[in-house]
Amino acid sequence: MSGKDRLAIFPSRGAQMLIKARLAGAQKGHGLLKKKADALQVRFRMILSKIIETKTLMGEVMKEAAFSLAEAKFTTGDFNQVVLQNVTKAQIKIRSKKDNVAGVTLPIFESYTDGTDTYELAGLARGGQQLTKLKKNFQSAVKLLVELASLQTSFVTLDEVIKITNRRVNAIEHVIIPRLERTLAYIISELDELEREEFYRLKKIQDKKKIIKDKAEARKQAMLLAGQDLQDSANLLDEGDEDLLF
Amino acid sequence: MAMHALANRGKLISVIGDEDTCVGFLLGGIGEINKNRHPNFMVVDKNTPVSEIEECFKRFVKRDDIDIILINQNIAELIRHAIDAHHAPVPAVLEIPSKDHPYDASKDSILRRAKGMFNPEDLVR
Repeated sequence: MSGKDRLAIFPSRGAQMLIKARLAGAQKGHGLLKKKADALQVRFRMILSKIIETKTLMGEVMKEAAFSLAEAKFTTGDFNQVVLQNVTKAQIKIRSKKDNVAGVTLPIFESYTDGTDTYELAGLARGGQQLTKLKKNFQSAVKLLVELASLQTSFVTLDEVIKITNRRVNAIEHVIIPRLERTLAYIISELDELEREEFYRLKKIQDKKKIIKDKAEARKQAMLLAGQDLQDSANLLDEGDEDLLF
Repeated sequence: MAMHALANRGKLISVIGDEDTCVGFLLGGIGEINKNRHPNFMVVDKNTPVSEIEECFKRFVKRDDIDIILINQNIAELIRHAIDAHHAPVPAVLEIPSKDHPYDASKDSILRRAKGMFNPEDLVR
């Protein structure tokens, strides 16, 4: 049980301090990541509601654009092939900027007009007004779609980041912190055991010393009784040779 | 530095759609033909094989001068697996309604991913 899942570390005071510091760090990191996940979630929901709003709007704008196309065709006649063949340079281009949400960079698209209108002369003979309206409608549709695209990109990016952050939060909460706690418990129990062993060892030594001392005392007594006086010589030998005990 | 130069250059919007959608957006001014005579749009009619659409979509995804891909939803439906497999944020794939197919939010790849995060009433317009 105790050896199930913990760091392979030698149980010592130093290691205990180390693990304690790591545990504190993990807890701090967990709190911070949780906060980050919450911040991202707030932004995510905001973007989601905006996407739904814009998609609804897009349906209407596209409907209007398609209708104006039909209108222009009715007055000008079929110009599809002319338009399809006369493509040269894009007039509307996209710039991307970066937005930062809790350390996550989100690309923001922005459309801008560059160069001249390729179809300036389209509809010169007939239906110029309708064509102008058609162009305007599609240009506004493009603007809206660009906006929608940046929302959608943010959505995808945030979705990914939120997943990663949540994974990290869970990993710290359910794997790293318990493992550190188990390691710490193991070190403490191991240190306690060492302490008990040490205590027992000291006790044992004391006992041993006591027995030896008693025996020596008894022999001395016996010799004394036998009529030999060893007091002086024994005193000479023993002088300055005190037992050292911790 | 190269990244910076890339970011500063204007990116394109590409269209995969039926003739009318393409013509509309081209008039809107998004069409471009590059040096190799590759257009950034594709006209799909009822005779276009699915494999060609898919190939074109993949080509657009690979091109680094395209940031947004607009695709008619009925065409997106044909190459749904390719769109679902596209996870990167750039280029953004946007499904748009076509003239003769109304927009169905429940089919959208992105909105399907978001499903379960918001209540279904929001989806129905």
